[in-house]
Amino acid sequence: MYKYNAFDEAFLAERNAQFRAQVERRIDGSLTEDEFKPLRLMNGVYLQLHAYMLRVAIPYGTLNSAQMRQLALLAEKWDKGYGHFTTRQNIQYNWPKLRDIPDMLDALGEVGLHAIQTSGNTIRNTTADHFAGAAADELTDPRPYAELIRQWSTDHPEFQFLGRKFKIGITGSPNDRAVVKAHDVGLRMVQQNGEIGFEVIVGGGLGRTPMVGKVLRDFLPKEDLLPYLEAVLAVYNVLGRRDNKYKARIKITVQENGIEKYRELVEEHFEARRKEFDGTDQLLLAEIKTHFAAPAFRQGSIAAYSAAYDADPVFRAWADTNLAEHRDGEHAIVTVSIKKHGATPGDATAEQMRVMADLAEEFGYDELRISHQQNVIIPHVHKSDLPAIHARLKEHELATANIGLISDIIACPGMDYCALATARSIPVAQELAQRFDDLKLEHDIGHLQIKISGCINACGHHHVAHIGILGLDRAGVENYQITLGGDATETAAIGTRTGPGFAYDEIIPAVERIVQTYLSLRQGDEETFLETYRRLGMEPFKAALYPEAQKKVA
Amino acid sequence: MARPFTPKVITANDLLEGDVIYFKADGTWTRHMGEAELIVDEAEAQLRLLEAEKQALTTVGAYLADAKAGPNGPEPTHFREEFRRKGPSNYQHGKQEALANV
Repeated sequence: MYKYNAFDEAFLAERNAQFRAQVERRIDGSLTEDEFKPLRLMNGVYLQLHAYMLRVAIPYGTLNSAQMRQLALLAEKWDKGYGHFTTRQNIQYNWPKLRDIPDMLDALGEVGLHAIQTSGNTIRNTTADHFAGAAADELTDPRPYAELIRQWSTDHPEFQFLGRKFKIGITGSPNDRAVVKAHDVGLRMVQQNGEIGFEVIVGGGLGRTPMVGKVLRDFLPKEDLLPYLEAVLAVYNVLGRRDNKYKARIKITVQENGIEKYRELVEEHFEARRKEFDGTDQLLLAEIKTHFAAPAFRQGSIAAYSAAYDADPVFRAWADTNLAEHRDGEHAIVTVSIKKHGATPGDATAEQMRVMADLAEEFGYDELRISHQQNVIIPHVHKSDLPAIHARLKEHELATANIGLISDIIACPGMDYCALATARSIPVAQELAQRFDDLKLEHDIGHLQIKISGCINACGHHHVAHIGILGLDRAGVENYQITLGGDATETAAIGTRTGPGFAYDEIIPAVERIVQTYLSLRQGDEETFLETYRRLGMEPFKAALYPEAQKKVA
Repeated sequence: MARPFTPKVITANDLLEGDVIYFKADGTWTRHMGEAELIVDEAEAQLRLLEAEKQALTTVGAYLADAKAGPNGPEPTHFREEFRRKGPSNYQHGKQEALANV
């Protein structure tokens, strides 16, 4: 993985020193809150309901064990012993004190981590496929390009005051695990005439106006990535609306001007921009790539794995749900669920972080990933080590076998923490997971994604959930709308609203009715919820959700 | 006819701690909503808010929040202010933590 050079270290140290001075000036009264707020946001510091919140970027979701241990240290030393992994491959600390934050940033700097541009109207943390570099279906590892984007976009003078925030997602696989179609710019690596390049998708996004991104360029040569991105951003910077916050994202710019016009303007700019690039970026990319060379995968007998798989039903259940196919046949990708039934999705204690760091160091070539689905991944594990890993995970409440199942819920912090939220998300997720665990139906139900947002900004990705839940404030009371049929993969789709929302105490039974309807109507155990929904449409689910309305119609 | 004025408290976050604070009748701040000044007059509310905002060197984002009179001083009328007063629902953190340790 990428290791900071002397320039990176000096840059970050200087930036942290600047922020330390800004904090001091706020405290001594030289800066007003209006002056300080944009400065703290540029460094990932929010003020939430109960406290400050520090959002730390985990670039393209990749960590080594030393970095994970440092995240644990921050949780213990300056927070309440835990951290919250988010849907954009960040970690959030919910309880820091203003005076401590410069120290936290310095501690992060020691291991090559930062909080720069995790907020504000800038280019945010570039997110990537969490199986990058390990997945069997991958064309090539997208992370060197993500790192190139990180270096290019960090403090890029032209793009520090965009009309609105700007999110880039990248995947090197045909199976999209990075939700690239819901990003301002999505990059999907594709092959054409033997060459690997990018399909560039623009104008996707969730929030109050959810949209699936459109293809701006079906094939972009790899070496043109930065000049082309500059062109996309430059056009947005000028053409994007600044009169209305809700119309300021690039998805609206593309919608209002049309994709053809946007493409035309980008191509025009691109010609000019390309001339300004002298090949330095390609030299840098070549250097970055050396940091991402795949480890030397060890070979050996996998008999221990097969034996445990046959003998231990608990291990087997975990292996069936939490392992994914690795590019090396003797290895597996392990997804560690940090969504034990009834726990807060995405939260890990300092101790759990250290356990995962230890496992990565001992068994996993020192690599970890964070997924936008709020889980932790050990991407390279020789299969013979899986029983030992599983045993250790079990000791620390990290062995829940629920990846891709109904309790593997994405939930934003919601009104328990977030100043923007209109309703709670976390307790709904906790109760849903607990309920379906009690019913012992989870494995029978199979692949089903529930995603919950506590406001219309949709950090919980509810629009692209199979069952999406959106929490709103209706006349001073929490109310939850349900959408069905969303899809976060390469066949991305925005879910459809079922009808009127449900009160806090009605939402769990409502979801249960949807699931029971699916179980009674599916064609065999193999048909997933999404397939059943696509085959039958909304009607049977509506009938189950709103029996009174159905009676009136009859 | 003008709508009746809903009583208010002034609330903000503390600059250093970041936690929720309330404006008292004596012009100082408290961490307990029950000790806050309950303002029942609309014009008075705006004046008091201006007073509170003068202390922006040590506080952040003062605003008027709906409240009602209770047996132990002002109480929230909206669930958002209830969470601010108490803390999150997934852990015993925030103000409820301090109360539990009393």
